[in-house]
Amino acid sequence: MKTRLDEERIALRAAKEFEDGMVINLGYGIPALCANFIPEGRTVFFQSENGILGYGSLGIDQEKDYELINASDQPVTPLPGMCFFDSAASFDMIRGRHIDMVVLGAYQISEKGDLANWGRSGRPATGMGGAMDLAIGAKKLMVMMLHTTKDENPRIVRQCTFPLTARNCVNKILTDLAVIDVTKKGLVLREVAPGWTVDEVQALTEPKFIVAENLKEIEL
Amino acid sequence: MPANKTYETCDDAVADIFDGSTIMIGGFGSFGGLPINLIVALAKQGAKDLIIISNAGGLGFQLSKRIKPDGYQDIGILFENGQVKKFIGSVPALGGMPPTSPLEKLYNEGKVEVETVPQGTLAERIRAGGSGLGGFYTPTGVGTPVELGKGKRVIHGREYLLELPLTADFALIKAHKADILGNLVYRGTARCFNPVMAMAAKVTIVEVDKLVQPGELDPEAIVTPHLYVNRIVEVPR
Repeated sequence: MKTRLDEERIALRAAKEFEDGMVINLGYGIPALCANFIPEGRTVFFQSENGILGYGSLGIDQEKDYELINASDQPVTPLPGMCFFDSAASFDMIRGRHIDMVVLGAYQISEKGDLANWGRSGRPATGMGGAMDLAIGAKKLMVMMLHTTKDENPRIVRQCTFPLTARNCVNKILTDLAVIDVTKKGLVLREVAPGWTVDEVQALTEPKFIVAENLKEIEL
Repeated sequence: MPANKTYETCDDAVADIFDGSTIMIGGFGSFGGLPINLIVALAKQGAKDLIIISNAGGLGFQLSKRIKPDGYQDIGILFENGQVKKFIGSVPALGGMPPTSPLEKLYNEGKVEVETVPQGTLAERIRAGGSGLGGFYTPTGVGTPVELGKGKRVIHGREYLLELPLTADFALIKAHKADILGNLVYRGTARCFNPVMAMAAKVTIVEVDKLVQPGELDPEAIVTPHLYVNRIVEVPR
C-alpha cells in the first residue's frame, strides 16, 4: 500500500541514525519528538540550546515544570548526570562543533545542502532562534521535513527561494517519502516510503537524484 | 557596611526606569526564566520608547493565558501597552503560531522596529558587552540575510561576520536564590540568558524565589557573582 510517513514515523526513522554515545540537539517542533524514539540499547545525550545536556524523553504536559524544558517549550524528563548552563555556554558547545548531531526542520533544502528553515513570506517578524548557529556548528546535520508543500510543490529544490539559514550544511534529509544523503556528487536517494517508486518521488523533487545501488523501502 | 540591594517590591525596584531606556529581559521563550513580576511592574510603571533586548518577543496576554498557569505573564504585555520602540532578539514572533502576538501585530503596522539576531550571536553579543570586548567574529549567518551590512573576514580559510557588543541601561532577570549581597544561583533551564544579561547592564535588577544570608549559598555553586547585581526583590513562590 502506498503511504506517506506521518510526523511520528519520520521521527522514528530519524532516531535510528542516533549512534551510541552521541550528543544530539533536536530542533524546534517535530524533531523534538525524536527524544521518544531512541533505539533500544543505545545511550545518547540530548543538548538543548536553552541550557541543558542529558535529559530523557519528553515529559507529561499536565505536570509541567517550567524550569525543566527543552527549547521547544516542552517539559523533559530529568536523568542522572544531567547538567545546566547559560545561553552563551550553550552556544559555545553548538558553534564550537561539540554537538555530534543536530536534527532540524526545514521549509526548503537545495541540492547543495543549503537550508532554509526560518523565514516565510508574509511573516517578516519570525526569527531564526538558534537554527543558524546549530546549522553551521553541527558535526552532522539531519533535516526532517515533508517532501512537498500542501499543494505538492517540491521542498527539495535546485536553489532555495526562502531566506537561508546556512549554506552547504545539510548532510541527510528524511521526509515522509524518502531518505536522502546530500553528497558532493549530488542528492543520493537511499530509501523510499512503502509503495512509492523512484520515479514518483523524483517527480516531487526538483534536482535529479542519484539512486543508491542498494535502494530500499524505509524500514521502521 | 555594603549598600543594601534588597527592595521590598518589584514596583520600587523598577521605579526609576526612564523613557527611552534600553532594557535586557532574561528568560528564553515564553516560559521559565522570565522575571514575570518585574515585567508586570514595568508595565504598570509605564516607561515608553523602550528598546527591549530579549530572546523572544512573547505571546501577550490573550495567547499566554490559554497555555500558561495563573499569574504568568510575558514580554508581550509591554508591546500591548505600546511601551516598546524597538525589539532585539532571536525569536521576535513564532513561525508556527498564527500572527497574533502583540509584537508581530505592531511590527506589521510599522509601529515597532525589530532587529533579528541569531540566538548564539545574541548571547555572545551580550557577553561581549558585559565583558568589555569590542565584538567578535562568528561563522553564524554567513551567506544569509544576517550578513547584510556587516564586516566580513576570512580567518584560516573560513568566512566570519563581525558582530558588535550589546549593553543596556537596565537588565531585568530571574534567579532561584540570592543572598543579600547579590550572589545568584539558578534552577534548571531557567538559567538561560539571565547570567549573561546580569553582566551587561548598568543596573541589574533580579527577581528571586528566595532571599538568604551570606554564607547560605555554596560558594562553589554560585553562578552570578554579586558584583553584577544591583537590586534584588524576593517574590516567594
